Amino acid sequence: MSLSIANMTRRFGQTEVLRGIDLDIGKGELVALLGPSGSGKTTLLRIIAGLDWPDAGSLAVDGQDWLGRTAQARRTGFVFQHYALFPHMKVRDNIAFGLTVLPRSQRPPSAQIEARVRELLHFLQIDALADRYPSELSGGQRQRVALGRALAISPRLLLLDEPFGALDAQVRRDLRRWLRGVHEASGTTTIFVTHDQEEAFELADRVVVMGAGRIEQIGHPDEIYDHPASAFVARFVGLTVELPVTMHQGRAEAPGIDLTALPRRAMADGPATLFLRPSDIAVRPDPEGCFRVAEIVSTGALLRLQLTGPDGCGIEAEMPRRRIAGLETGQPVLLRPEAGRIFPAAPRSDQPATPAPLPAFKEQRL
Amino acid sequence: MRPAAAPGALAPRPDQRVAKALIAAAVLLTIAVLVVPLAYIFHRAFAQGFQVFAANILEPNTLHAIALTALVALLTVPVNIAFGIAAAWAIARFRFRGRKALLTLIEIPFSISPIIAGICYLLLYGRQGLLGSWLLAHDIQILFALPGIVMVTMFVTSPFVLREVLPLMQAQGSEQEQAAVTLGASGWQVFRRVTLPNIRWALLYGAVLCTARAVGEFGGVSVVSGSIRGQTNTLPLQIELLFNDLNIAGAFAAASTLTVIALVVMVLKTAMEARR
Ligand SMILES: Nc1ncnc2c1ncn2[C@@H]1O[C@H](COP(=O)(O)OP(=O)(O)OP(=O)(O)O)[C@@H](O)[C@H]1O
Ligand SMILES: [Mg+2]
Repeated sequence: MSLSIANMTRRFGQTEVLRGIDLDIGKGELVALLGPSGSGKTTLLRIIAGLDWPDAGSLAVDGQDWLGRTAQARRTGFVFQHYALFPHMKVRDNIAFGLTVLPRSQRPPSAQIEARVRELLHFLQIDALADRYPSELSGGQRQRVALGRALAISPRLLLLDEPFGALDAQVRRDLRRWLRGVHEASGTTTIFVTHDQEEAFELADRVVVMGAGRIEQIGHPDEIYDHPASAFVARFVGLTVELPVTMHQGRAEAPGIDLTALPRRAMADGPATLFLRPSDIAVRPDPEGCFRVAEIVSTGALLRLQLTGPDGCGIEAEMPRRRIAGLETGQPVLLRPEAGRIFPAAPRSDQPATPAPLPAFKEQRL
Repeated sequence: MRPAAAPGALAPRPDQRVAKALIAAAVLLTIAVLVVPLAYIFHRAFAQGFQVFAANILEPNTLHAIALTALVALLTVPVNIAFGIAAAWAIARFRFRGRKALLTLIEIPFSISPIIAGICYLLLYGRQGLLGSWLLAHDIQILFALPGIVMVTMFVTSPFVLREVLPLMQAQGSEQEQAAVTLGASGWQVFRRVTLPNIRWALLYGAVLCTARAVGEFGGVSVVSGSIRGQTNTLPLQIELLFNDLNIAGAFAAASTLTVIALVVMVLKTAMEARR
């Protein structure tokens, strides 16, 4: 089913958590809400589920207003970040819960509920765990049960809050692929929250990047990756190196940096900021270069270089280890960015107060 | 293969003399203040044989006191369970003005001597009291009757269930309940199927503590009941009365009954703690 959010705001006391969200989601779409900690992702999801209400704005599903409905009436499948399984029920009863609370007139006979549970257990590949309690499961298994519990009610809208947040990298990757399969098999419109861009890009049809209560960009993963619409999105999708440049006739110029690989741009002359991925910077030893290698760290496949510029600014570059055998610390080098985004230099205060945190250091709200 | 050593067998051994002395002191103290008096109650109750004991228990006034005490507990405990759950739910799940004040208010019975509660009721509902003439005019008897006894007992025991249930509900948070709601459960279904099973042991534990206190309450009840033999005397009051009458065997027989109730409750409580 389709979902349409318009001009939605939500305030907690003084803090504006959502500042005018406009979002349309089509039937059967798989959409990721991507954003740093505290950007309002969970708040938006909870409003869609009916666990919270906005101060202003509208929420319509299939053209019908949803703000007048209770969470009970909406019956969205909501998967909580920490699963929120019922600890006193066995896995099978957890999954059956949504069917057993239906009003007597709509409730399927118990044999039918049992069959549905069995079907889901099989689908989730946890047949053997049916008679365990949640405390006897691993994180990944709990995740599957939580998803099964939400899918059991055949929701028209599936909402997942950081579904893989608490799992290790390998399990995350497996479950990601598996969730994509679940989505394709069930055809349910799905929205999931994540702060991990790799997860969002790999899984979603469309990615919604949120920053400080606003939608910064909506688009196909490749589109966002290649053409971030703002400095905020650029930083968030990993263009973490920022270099001050001067625009001159559509070309960026900066002392000591070879910027000829970048295409011309229709931008006014004047100061601007170049955003780069560390891996998009080619580093070449050159006695004339005004950057110096301060530190070289190997991460196995990659070499991570710390470079110091003429005015003492430090930047980071990454490259395959094979490619630059002859580099040493203290050596002068020339930089040649091979791709990057340029945005007009904005006054500092215009930019979001909190820079995007590294996913690994994401703070957990308790 | 060598048998595995007991856990901690390799840890350095501290000097055990002090520990042993402290344990001995604790054991002696426990025997002196707890075990001997308890054993003595039963010894005295049965000192003149079972016949005398049975006769003492079956004495109409004592029998009535036992029944009255049971009735008071039966009325008090369910009300306190309902109140405790409702208050814990409100405090744990909602943010409202006066929440802190409510929490403090509920603690008051813990800190106020029960006899003060009794006197307050006396001043409020007594013949000369604030509501006295109105009650008299409508022929409602609160003091020196069952309602007064039940009300004072409720006052004294009101925090027990809440105090047990609240920390659990706060720790558990509301996510499970929210999950249940998004799955289509109604408010009552959420309570019945998600909230209640999670707090059931704490709830039972609180109810047991509440029962023990309700059965043993003396101070507050002694003020409002008027200690009318065979009418408003609860078991603790009856024991005191028998004692003052110098009916030592009767007093000990009644006391042993009360003690048995308390011990049963304690065993229940211990069993429940093990399950939590
Ligand atoms: N009940 C509440 N009362 C007050 N402030 C709140 C409440 N819930 C959320 N907030 C605030 O709203 C902001 C956004 O919260 P939200 O949970 O939506 O962030 P998020 O994007 O989900 O972050 P994370 O990735 O850390 O989960 C935060 O600054 C948070 O402190
Ligand atoms: Mg969140």
